[in-house]
Amino acid sequence: MPSDFISNLYVFLLAGFVGFEVIKRVSPLLHTPLMSLTNALDAIVVVAAIIIAGQHETKLSTILGIIAVVASFSNMVGGFLITDRMLRMFKTGKAKKP
Amino acid sequence: MTEIPIQQLIDSTYIVAAVFFILALKWLSSPVSAKRGVLVGEIGAALAVVATLCDPQVSQYKWIIIALVIGAGVGIPLGLVRMTAVPQRTALSHAFGALSAAMIGIAEYYVHAPRVTKFGMGEIGLEVIIGSLTFTGSLIAAGKLQEILPQRPITYKGQNFVSLTVLCAAILLAVVLVIHPEFTHLFPIMVAVALIFGILLVTPIGGADMPTVISLLNSYAGFSAALLGFVLNSKVLVVAGALDGSSGFILSVIMCKAMNRSFANVMFGAFGKVQASSGAVAETRTVRSATAEEAAAILSAANKVAIIPGYGMAVAQAQHKVRELYDILTKKGIDVRFGIHPVAGRMPGHMNVLLAEADIPYDRLVEMDDMNSDLPQTDVALIIGANDVTNPAARTDASSPIYGMPILDVDKAHTVMVIKRSMNPGFAGIDNPLYYLDRTLMLFGDAKAFVGDIVRELSGSGSHG
Repeated sequence: MPSDFISNLYVFLLAGFVGFEVIKRVSPLLHTPLMSLTNALDAIVVVAAIIIAGQHETKLSTILGIIAVVASFSNMVGGFLITDRMLRMFKTGKAKKP
Repeated sequence: MTEIPIQQLIDSTYIVAAVFFILALKWLSSPVSAKRGVLVGEIGAALAVVATLCDPQVSQYKWIIIALVIGAGVGIPLGLVRMTAVPQRTALSHAFGALSAAMIGIAEYYVHAPRVTKFGMGEIGLEVIIGSLTFTGSLIAAGKLQEILPQRPITYKGQNFVSLTVLCAAILLAVVLVIHPEFTHLFPIMVAVALIFGILLVTPIGGADMPTVISLLNSYAGFSAALLGFVLNSKVLVVAGALDGSSGFILSVIMCKAMNRSFANVMFGAFGKVQASSGAVAETRTVRSATAEEAAAILSAANKVAIIPGYGMAVAQAQHKVRELYDILTKKGIDVRFGIHPVAGRMPGHMNVLLAEADIPYDRLVEMDDMNSDLPQTDVALIIGANDVTNPAARTDASSPIYGMPILDVDKAHTVMVIKRSMNPGFAGIDNPLYYLDRTLMLFGDAKAFVGDIVRELSGSGSHG
């Protein structure tokens, strides 16, 4: 078993545990923004896509990388945008205009 | 010699991004700090993208810039959709996320094939299978939510057997590739089989089960990104994927509990099949109905009103009329709260967003358990476009298909009013004994028009008095 795998597994388990504890505390009020936000964060795969597309190993890997850049970057932009829009809608009674 | 500091700088940026991502989710715990959470997430993501663009491995910029521009061009309109369309947008973004994870895994394989270690092949195989099935599965889910595809569950005999066989075939191909990495021609077949499995997985699932399906696909998309992190040895991907995966997992569990389904039941696609129970028994029972005028009189005599919205309210586009009703009742000094069932709407938390969009203050949106402890002291429960989540048969009738599902106990309120088009059973085809109770008044009509009529009555009587 490669040592990289072991260290990645450490990170995965710890991040999964932190995620579990943190997300458990998210109010059900915000479960839709939660999903769109985690989607936007997950779009960090764009960094791997940029490397694959940019290192230009083979024609195929470049094309696949470019598709991946488009798909993940659209998720990043759209995910943050809609999360922000949704959260702006949540107002308390006091802040509401008459 | 400058190369080493640059690489270290990039890696440090990724660590910062990972920490910011965790903070972003932590601050989502309350609507007050949530905006700060999004900002911190955006900064983390932007830092990571800029750092990656400075990576010395990246030699070709032209196509990357074009791809980023196209990505933004696709993402911005998808970030501006109406709130009713958020579920299909979310399903589509699961598809995009899974697509990019699968594409990178495939690219990584072909860069190294056939000189891939057995262990690396196992990781790539699993990653590409999950990414591919999530891609097609999410597309089907988005199609159903957008109503391009039929909402009904599409089922046939031996379905679970066929689906499981296809999944096993994909896994078997991956195992063969692990043992013989030189059989490169098997790789595209494995991808194709996984893509087919994604279609088979989601096609049999009905519209009412979409909150669970979306959450599950969210979890799969996250885990495919985390696995990609294993393949590429990228810790930031592992962290982001683990966060996304655990979030989707938690939401799936919440949705399963809210619908009283077991996790295994969901995983194997046996859900969404609606056994229409014998609806004939209901025929002879009578219901009491009321006009908008009578409803308005009852509402204005109340001290405490609970409004129970369901997706039918959003279908009728009645949320803004409901806000007017809320405003006018609040102005009369009546305490109005909204009881939100976890599966109200098409995805977790969807109803809250729809009501927040209509400018209803979020401190008036109450979770099911809190609402239930309050309902016995509530004068009027007004149900708008909800059915199964208010059905007392879930508590009392062991033969009911929804028996055991947690519901809003509206039948404990002093008076129950239900806005409904007709006595036709709802989406799931299950009869609702609530409608035949003595304390229940049926308000027949279109939700938007009827609420509008009540508002008119209330404002009319207000000006006279």
